[in-house]
Amino acid sequence: MKTFAELGFPGRMIAVEGVDGAGKTTQVHLLRRWLEGQGLKVFLSEWNSSVLVKNATTKGKKSALLTPTTFSLVHATDFADCYERQLVPLLKAGYIVLCDRYIFTAFARDTVRGCPAKWVRNIYDFAALPDMTFFLKAPLHVTLKRALDTRPRLNYFEAGMDLRLSNDTYESFKILQGRILEDYLGMSGEFDFFSIEARDPVESQQAIIRKLISANLNLQDYRS
Amino acid sequence: MTANPRQSRKPRMSNKITRSVPVEIHAAPPVSTRKDFYGDGIPGVNPGELRGRLIVIEGADGSGRSTQISRLTKWLETRGHATISVGIKRSTLVSEELEKAKQGNILGRTTMSLFYATDFADQLENTIIPALKAGFMVLADRYIYTLMVRDLVRGVNESWLDNVYGIALIPDVVFYLKVSPERLVMRNFSKHFALDYWESGMDLGLSRDMFDSFTEYQGLVIRQFKKLQKKYHFDMIDGDRSVNDVYEDLRQRIQQRIEPANSGK
Repeated sequence: MKTFAELGFPGRMIAVEGVDGAGKTTQVHLLRRWLEGQGLKVFLSEWNSSVLVKNATTKGKKSALLTPTTFSLVHATDFADCYERQLVPLLKAGYIVLCDRYIFTAFARDTVRGCPAKWVRNIYDFAALPDMTFFLKAPLHVTLKRALDTRPRLNYFEAGMDLRLSNDTYESFKILQGRILEDYLGMSGEFDFFSIEARDPVESQQAIIRKLISANLNLQDYRS
Repeated sequence: MTANPRQSRKPRMSNKITRSVPVEIHAAPPVSTRKDFYGDGIPGVNPGELRGRLIVIEGADGSGRSTQISRLTKWLETRGHATISVGIKRSTLVSEELEKAKQGNILGRTTMSLFYATDFADQLENTIIPALKAGFMVLADRYIYTLMVRDLVRGVNESWLDNVYGIALIPDVVFYLKVSPERLVMRNFSKHFALDYWESGMDLGLSRDMFDSFTEYQGLVIRQFKKLQKKYHFDMIDGDRSVNDVYEDLRQRIQQRIEPANSGK
């Protein structure tokens, strides 16, 4: 797999990864403000799936029809739609594309849900790698608390209830998140993640991320 | 369930056929065969538990697949085999959305491919596998090969497809109804008086003329099927014959496989 830069795209992709409650959305949002403030062409990908794919996803989730295999394929379809319709055209047009989660989310989630790791990775190999990936890293108890504070009720799939890890929703969520974290840690070296300490104040994390981006990308190339 | 000696998988000591052929209309349970997946398969499914038979019929629109499947279903049921048929775009999960997507032509190549794979996986897990566990005859009106061929003629990478469909069960037999493009056009006209946008491969931009595009596209599909035939060993059936002739041919071939004791009767 190659990065967008290696494939000769004029644009660049920056992905932010981490378990639920790591603070991805906050950091990505602040990055957008910073880049836009410099008059650059920026797009923040929020998984605006097409209505068609979205319907199928919600239908499956609502009725608990999904198995690990179909869960993985529905999400891969959703991702492919976003990739083909939005990400690739924008990167061809020289945009900096910020992704709140990318293929690594799928790698960790689907493998933990029981799909063979090689199968999952090969499915996603139509997609290029991000030019920079930030991994917001914190101990499980920290992210769990944050994730649960913002989610008064966990839904069935979020908690991984279909995997029968535990009859208790919160216990199940904890086991699932722990396994996902392990998987991320394993990928960290393989995919050259930039690890960011997610327990630090939001401002310090953002300052480090901005510094790393300035050092790695020539931002003036992406003026609109 | 009563034990039946013909079901036993004990190795025979000699080739001599010693059993008497029963004179009966109803058939014995099918001889069990070992099932397997093309790749890693479905997590948690043990192919050894699948006692039924998976029979696939492939072929273009107008090749007579559905006519044959409904006749074969009747015949199998008359002989006492519990039978179901499955097909493409029939999953509860995404069939409606797929139909809408086909009408709008708004999805990319990879997205469309994965959408069909999702539909297939849903039917495999929720219909085909449970039926095979229960010992059913499963007649599949097309299988992964049609999906692969459609993607391959659109330039999707073959090893990528092999990985995606590593979830699929290897069927007991795959029949391919081979019909010449000229005859396909005629059959499509006699049925709908029109050609279908997708079956004409209009999205490929081969020709702006639908008739020309249909002929060219079906030619590409046939060539691609021929390549897959080497890899997957399809049973090629001459579909240019009469419905009855094709049916008799299929019926005999299926009977040989599922009721070796009664074949030829």
